[in-house]
Amino acid sequence: MSFEQIVFYFFAAVLILAAGAVITVRSAVHAALFLVLAFFTTAALWLLLEAEFLAITLVLVYVGAVMVLFLFVVMMLDINAAPMREGFARYLPVAALVAVLTVVVMVMAVGREHFGLDQFAAPERMSADVSNTRMLGEQLYTVYLYPFEIAAVILLVAIVAAIALTLRRRPGTRYQSVEKQVRVRSEDRLKVIKMNAEERK
Amino acid sequence: MNFEMPNFALAMPEMFVLGMTCFILMVDMFLSERSRVVTYLLAQATLVGAFILSLSLFSPLRELSFSNTFVLDPMASLLKLAVYAVVFTVFLYTRSYLRDRNMYTGEFYVLALFGVLGMMVMISAHSFLTLYLGLELLSLSMYAMVALQRDNRVASEAAMKYFLLGAMASAMLLYGMSMLYGVTGSLDLGEVSQVIAEGEINRLLLVFGLVFMLVGVAFKLGAVPFHMWVPDVYHGAPTAVTQFISTAPKLAAFALLIRLLVDGLGGLQHEWHDILVLLAVLSLSVGNVIAIAQSNIKRMLAYSGISHAGFLLLGVLSGTPEGYAAGMFYAIVYSIMGLAGFGMVLLMSRVGFEADALEDYKGLNQRSPWFALMMMFIMFSMAGVPPFIGFWAKLSVLQAIVSVDLIWLAAVAVIFSVIGAYYYLRVIKLMYFDAPETTTALQPGRELSMVFSANALLILGMGIFPSALMALCLQAFVL
Repeated sequence: MSFEQIVFYFFAAVLILAAGAVITVRSAVHAALFLVLAFFTTAALWLLLEAEFLAITLVLVYVGAVMVLFLFVVMMLDINAAPMREGFARYLPVAALVAVLTVVVMVMAVGREHFGLDQFAAPERMSADVSNTRMLGEQLYTVYLYPFEIAAVILLVAIVAAIALTLRRRPGTRYQSVEKQVRVRSEDRLKVIKMNAEERK
Repeated sequence: MNFEMPNFALAMPEMFVLGMTCFILMVDMFLSERSRVVTYLLAQATLVGAFILSLSLFSPLRELSFSNTFVLDPMASLLKLAVYAVVFTVFLYTRSYLRDRNMYTGEFYVLALFGVLGMMVMISAHSFLTLYLGLELLSLSMYAMVALQRDNRVASEAAMKYFLLGAMASAMLLYGMSMLYGVTGSLDLGEVSQVIAEGEINRLLLVFGLVFMLVGVAFKLGAVPFHMWVPDVYHGAPTAVTQFISTAPKLAAFALLIRLLVDGLGGLQHEWHDILVLLAVLSLSVGNVIAIAQSNIKRMLAYSGISHAGFLLLGVLSGTPEGYAAGMFYAIVYSIMGLAGFGMVLLMSRVGFEADALEDYKGLNQRSPWFALMMMFIMFSMAGVPPFIGFWAKLSVLQAIVSVDLIWLAAVAVIFSVIGAYYYLRVIKLMYFDAPETTTALQPGRELSMVFSANALLILGMGIFPSALMALCLQAFVL
């Protein structure tokens, strides 16, 4: 076994364990952290494929931005996982049967016999002076121009949808009105009332 | 690297719709509540403009552009024109509904137009990548539209279900595409079909990818056993949104089916034929039988939509150009009937009363005989009674499968249509033979009643003269 294979199997094993942990651990914060681990190991696998730019982007964008945001959200919400697990035991037999069948069929179809290196040769290695980033950029803005633009439109739709769904005034929610707070004067808050002293009984 | 400049002119309608939608997004911000009509008119103008552009690009040739990720053929032109017409009608139908329910906002129109753009991308896709991106663009817009009424619990639940199951289906589709990309080494549908035709790839691997892809497509089409979301989403979404998501996207889903199975995996016809037979028989049986048990008209129309999806699949699985044309004819006819069916629900409803229970249609004939007559046309057409257009759609699909010697399948389809006729006729019975609970006539706006009457009369008119549309559909596949 070459060194490269050892590295691959190590990261692949960690990836599978982390991905499994994401959906099985009880705490949502732990699940998010395991997802970070899964992204890191995926990035390592991409490095092995000589996709340096994508690997670094994955870490920067997903781990650096998306997951941090995700952690914030998870920590701000009070999620109790117990009610979500209620139907688990009831559906387990059927779900397990379907899952096992699917996995068996998948292994039979994409196992080594049909998908091994002897059927599909490994791609040739690029020489060290080939810039991955440059190639990506060239492809993205020429051959893949049309899909690239559509992906941009999808992001725009995501922004529009997110704002349309969250920007609203719900009756009964309490929120601060900053301009009112700034404009307030002491007279609005404190009223000095002159009263006649009461007679002592 | 050598790079050929793409022919941008072919994508003029797409660019126009995108530009106009961004423009509407900007303009809408500066409009007051009272001048919202400007947004509406701009949205309609966008569709009319795109219609004119697509019409001017109509040619019997098949042209590729953008490094073979984009294709414009007669099928694409025809389906795009149908999408514009259907969405134009949806906007006409839903204006008063939206206005009465505080949903008459720019977001509705902007999201719907982005959905239209997604459909156009799907219809004109010539690569796995553009197909998938178009589908996501459409789906994302639809999820948001279902959830637009945030304080409506049923709608929020429907949106959540739709989003989660839709994301699952997209993942399945993507996994199937990635497998096919892995074995064929190309995303380009033309190259994929070429590689498959050479026959050097293990068929098992191709079928493996195909199965996952079909799961995703069947979900989007609402075919059994991937139909669970359909009744809940159609029921939960505001009727205006239901009308949108139940009509035009079916045209795009048909295009997705043809692009993937015929343009890309035509070489695997023997394999996908069997899977589609299974999906079609299940959709026809489950859709028609469960629709009988529904007491909510939106759910009933949802199950009827599932059975119509089964008919659409029958056309495609015949594997002949005539069959594809019949499937396309069916998709267009279904979207016209769906418009009218949900249009009736819009017409009956008023603020605080959604009119989605079958009970609400009792004795409609005594309240508003004209609308009851129109509704009868629609129900007869959906049931497939001549001379309405639904009959010709069913007939052409059945002819297509009989011509490839699948007589048992045609018999199954006919039997389930007869079972299905029961619940359509029940609506007619409720309208004509039951006593109404109130005697007040319906009082819809003039715009709404005109659109509805025109739509129902179109169903009758096209039923009497079906050959023009049929000829167009045939022209798209049989050159």
